Amino acid sequence: MKKIYSVLVENRSGVLCKVAGLFSRRCFNIDSLAVGETDDPSTSCMTIVSSGDQRTIEQIEKQLNKKLDVIKVKTFDESASISRELMLMKVKYNKGNRREIMEICDVMKAQIVDMSRKTMIIQICDVPEKIKLLMDMMQSISIVEVARTGTLALQKCLETDV
Amino acid sequence: MLGADAMVKCLEEEGVNYVFGYPGVAICPFYNSILSSHINTILIRTEQNAAHAASGLARVTGRVGVCAVTSGPGATNVITGIATAFADSIPLVCITGQVNSALLGSDVFQEADITGAVESFVKYSYLIKDAEEIPRIFKEAFYIANSGRKGPVLIDVPIDVQNTSVSKFKYPQEVSMRTYKPTIKGHSVQIKKVVKELSKAKRPIICAGGGVLLSDAEKELRAFAEKYRVPVVSTMMGIGVMPTQHPMYYGMVGNNGHPYANRAMNESDLLIMVGARVADRAVSQPDLITENKILVHIDVDPAEIGKNVGPTIPLVGDAKHIIADFMEEDFDCEHEEWITILNGYRDTMGRVRKPDPAYVDPAEFIRMLSEAMDDDAVYVADVGQNQIWSCNYHIVKNGRFLTTGGMGTMGYSIPAAMGAKLADKDRQVVAVCGDGSFQMSMMELATMRQFNIPVKIIVIRNNYLGMVREYQHYTYKDNYSVVDLSGSPDLEKLASAYDMKFMRLCTMQGAQETIGEFLSGNESVLLECIIDPMDLVK
Repeated sequence: MKKIYSVLVENRSGVLCKVAGLFSRRCFNIDSLAVGETDDPSTSCMTIVSSGDQRTIEQIEKQLNKKLDVIKVKTFDESASISRELMLMKVKYNKGNRREIMEICDVMKAQIVDMSRKTMIIQICDVPEKIKLLMDMMQSISIVEVARTGTLALQKCLETDV
Repeated sequence: MLGADAMVKCLEEEGVNYVFGYPGVAICPFYNSILSSHINTILIRTEQNAAHAASGLARVTGRVGVCAVTSGPGATNVITGIATAFADSIPLVCITGQVNSALLGSDVFQEADITGAVESFVKYSYLIKDAEEIPRIFKEAFYIANSGRKGPVLIDVPIDVQNTSVSKFKYPQEVSMRTYKPTIKGHSVQIKKVVKELSKAKRPIICAGGGVLLSDAEKELRAFAEKYRVPVVSTMMGIGVMPTQHPMYYGMVGNNGHPYANRAMNESDLLIMVGARVADRAVSQPDLITENKILVHIDVDPAEIGKNVGPTIPLVGDAKHIIADFMEEDFDCEHEEWITILNGYRDTMGRVRKPDPAYVDPAEFIRMLSEAMDDDAVYVADVGQNQIWSCNYHIVKNGRFLTTGGMGTMGYSIPAAMGAKLADKDRQVVAVCGDGSFQMSMMELATMRQFNIPVKIIVIRNNYLGMVREYQHYTYKDNYSVVDLSGSPDLEKLASAYDMKFMRLCTMQGAQETIGEFLSGNESVLLECIIDPMDLVK
């Protein structure tokens, strides 16, 4: 079962290490992890995607809550969230496949953000499945390198929200 | 006022009487400042034991135990003690000196990333970079250590921070942390649910763990068990929640526990686990305690509930408050038949031993010893076969039984007994260890002599690492590997080297007199009991 944990933490040095350490010590998976400051500079938000059985999912939330640097943990399903990931991908191209790459980018709503005579960088910001799809499509072309942010997610807007 | 003075002032504000530790350059400013305080310092002989001694003191007083060691090897040596306290949920504040903060990260002499190293064994840790933060951090550390699920907190203080002037010292009255608010009171809906099940139950039982002692809820538990006639078993860490010979107490559960205690737990229809983790040694088959029964799990740490076994009714909160809440609900509870059955188990399912009369029988010896001990005595059991015999045969009256059931750290008993003795000098404190565990802490005989800490020590001697030998006996068909302890010192000579009274018991003949003499007077005695090297706990 896949879950997204949105973890509000104190923005202090060492906190990322403590949270990541908790996952490794207790043998929890991290599928992806993204961290950034929130609107309040004293807090950071970590978006952690993890998977496991019911007990593991519950334990992850409880163990996160036990950490004294964790302010709040929200756990939700992918379907209950708006999630995005950003990927930058450098690919090698030639005259023969340039058109094809541009078409794929067009269809996938990806942008070419930098170019040389041999390589280009493609940027895509989308849901994780689309990112994976683009990667699969480009696999046959020639990927030089890839950088991904990991999933960022917020729970969908509810009428009960403040 | 320097940062170091502020640290000492914080300890004074917290009412600390003893600091166990070992100095080095990086903690010297602190040890210099403490000279002008009434706080006593105990120079332990190895840092690990500083944490164990602080643990013994904390367990007897209910207050935070404090140790202070230097950076680098001093700090890394204390880790095992910290991990022991963490596993057993004992409140400690451990202060470590650190190299100059400008040099942090450059691998200078005696630098160790101690906050990083202890991360998975502490409740929280601090690295102080600004001396003005000292009062707030100490206040928080003491609060965190001794509230909620108790445990060790580490404060790492670079030497330059200790030497910096602090403009004004103000010890905070209260702690305000947005991330830490332990649940103390149980949820009333859950409490009502438990009460409802209790009034329906035909075979209820309470399994009490160390959490009951940590929340100081022994009186409440006893009153509850008596009022509603609910039988009680305990985990190893829970030994002492009730006097061993209390009619409602049915012994220790677990793979080293009493068969009748396990049977009682397994046959119950309502099991109330309180302050117990349901770890593998107490409950080797978690499905057995959920099968055909309602499981109520009470713990102050929500993460313990559902970690190893899924309860029917989870109840988060402090044992003392929750049991008091149960007492306020008036309900009828009728299960005399069940009590009769359990009494039958207790009378007939005791372990039968066939001791060799050529040696001391540790089981009978421990029983006789505990009967002769003071009513409120503290018995500290080490780790190994001696621990299992202690758990099974020691009779707790109204005293305490201390051991490390969580981490099982050999060498715990002597330093922990020292801490317990310092906590209350009028109380009888006996440490019982094996010849293996004794040799892990025998350097502390010097500390006992230097600071006049009259702990009574019993060494159950079999010239083996008995617990491992027993495991190799069963698992590897007597193929013994690295368990032979020959080469151990002559304990009589050792005792005389430390000016300690020595006694030896070789058979059960004269055991009564020997025990009487051993316990008499407030002086430390080393009593060696020679047992059958092939003796088994099972």
